[in-house]
Amino acid sequence: MPRVLRHALLVLLPVVAVFAILPGVYSNHLLLFNFIVFMMLAQGVNVIYGFTGYLPFGYVGFFGAGAYGFSLMVLHLHAPPLAALLVGAAAAVTLGLLLTPLFRLSGAYFSIANLAAALAVFQVVSNPALEEITKGPYGISLSGVFNPTLAYATALTLLAATLALVIYLRNSHFGMALQAIREDPISAGMAGINVVRERIIAWLLSALIAGFAGGVFAWYVSVFYPETVFSGEFTIFAIVFALFGGNATVIGPILGVIILYGIYNAVGISTPQYFQLIYGALIMGLVLFLPNGLVSLLQRWGIDVP
Amino acid sequence: MLVYSLLAGLLFGLYFSLIGLGLNLVFGVMRIVNLAHGDILMLGAFLAFWLFTLFAINPVPAIAVAFAVFVIVGLPLYYLLVPRLLRAKDPEMLSFILFFGLSQVIEAAATIAFGTSERSIPGGELGAAIAAVARVFTGHAVENGPVEIFGQTFPAAWVASGLASGFAVLLVYIYLYRTKLGTLTRAVMVNREEALATGINVHRVSAIAFGIGLGLAAVAGVFAPFMLGSITPAMGAEVTVTSFAVIVIGSLGNPLGTVLGGVIYGVSYMLMQSYYSSWANLLPYVLLIAILLVRPSGLLGRQVRRA
Repeated sequence: MPRVLRHALLVLLPVVAVFAILPGVYSNHLLLFNFIVFMMLAQGVNVIYGFTGYLPFGYVGFFGAGAYGFSLMVLHLHAPPLAALLVGAAAAVTLGLLLTPLFRLSGAYFSIANLAAALAVFQVVSNPALEEITKGPYGISLSGVFNPTLAYATALTLLAATLALVIYLRNSHFGMALQAIREDPISAGMAGINVVRERIIAWLLSALIAGFAGGVFAWYVSVFYPETVFSGEFTIFAIVFALFGGNATVIGPILGVIILYGIYNAVGISTPQYFQLIYGALIMGLVLFLPNGLVSLLQRWGIDVP
Repeated sequence: MLVYSLLAGLLFGLYFSLIGLGLNLVFGVMRIVNLAHGDILMLGAFLAFWLFTLFAINPVPAIAVAFAVFVIVGLPLYYLLVPRLLRAKDPEMLSFILFFGLSQVIEAAATIAFGTSERSIPGGELGAAIAAVARVFTGHAVENGPVEIFGQTFPAAWVASGLASGFAVLLVYIYLYRTKLGTLTRAVMVNREEALATGINVHRVSAIAFGIGLGLAAVAGVFAPFMLGSITPAMGAEVTVTSFAVIVIGSLGNPLGTVLGGVIYGVSYMLMQSYYSSWANLLPYVLLIAILLVRPSGLLGRQVRRA
């Protein structure tokens, strides 16, 4: 059996099936929806950080751009949700294109500039001077298109597409090229890889995933403030989930979301400070003792992890 | 208005340089990004607050206490975290995440210990201390109150913080350029491997730089109640971003560039506050991106761009 098919059967199918069935037996649909959103975001971080090695510290900027692209289409043009979703994703990709000059920077410089870019977008969107257009800091209300069932189904479809993309990266020439760029851009270029182009494609794909996630999030919750969709927690959570599970694999980020976001919902909501404490310590331990994530334990035993 | 903005910008600029200085020292020497910098500053602020509230100790002696305490904390922390981190494949990126974890631990522990309420120290306390010092030097009583410079009046606490920050920067300059340990530190900054090959005890030099970096953050924290407004355990993240803006404008890894970065940042911030206040919050980010794109190495830096 080809690896692509095996990975699809082992990972994509079970995940999608479980999240298609769960709403029927478990009543907290918002929680299930959040799991889907975080799986998308963790995979989006995986595409750019796991495969390409650029840490997007302002990843939430794309999420927020998607959410606002969606909302502004619905508010001002009364677009149908699915069309607005495409515009939201396009907004995120446009932001990604605007930020491509950041690739002239390397390492920490890139991450800091990306963080600054996300904060700048937040400051613009939430500025009271733009209240006519973005509602400024007062938040968005989209009660007209509120339809959680359809939004959930759309999110699940988008997650399936995201997983399919990552499975493709894991098993394709293109994915290998990205990992070569991560290991050594100069050697990769010498080996005939168009470093600039491939890197930008990975970056825009990553932005696209976050844009879709943001748009469908806006649709599902339908009432939110700029601080909600530009919260740095989305970036941090997505990065930590991906890192915890294991980057540059299909299953790693999924494991990360299920385990860590699961713990977060079990203890984090009631006692946030204690959760933050444990979480911080966990991140530190992870970086120091298991920098390649949970799956590296399996890989150490020679298991081919999807 | 213009003169006021420029002078206030200069005072705040000196203070911002102090905020950025410790972060830049750590990055310059170890090439690691201390995302917990703002949280160390927060701890320094709380140290000053508790010394003042519990023992009525004035912020001026608290500066020395804060520096000493955090240098002592920094040394073991370095040996606990950094050598292991530097062995990893991509230490610069992983340091981002590691120190983010540390910042979360500090913020959570501070929230558990101090609660989330906002705290402050009366601005007059710092002014009174400065007035007392001025009396010793000038030989006659100095009035404790707003300070007048070029016909503009500023709170005494601003002037005191600005001047003290400038003084701290001067001390760091003397350390780096006029002492043996400082020369070794600069050698490690220029090239870690070559310094190691020359026989410099790189870990010892780095650990001391790390301790001084944390100590400087804590000293900046002592002035935070006067310059940044009331203090809370959650204030760290914003301070970290500001310090990044400052040191990137100056130049990452060059502690003296920090002063230039701080003053540019402070003056442009004050000008924005005076003339376009609704967009002033956007400034640090736009300035940061613009400088990174035009001159990634900062205004005073050498070329660092790769690939």
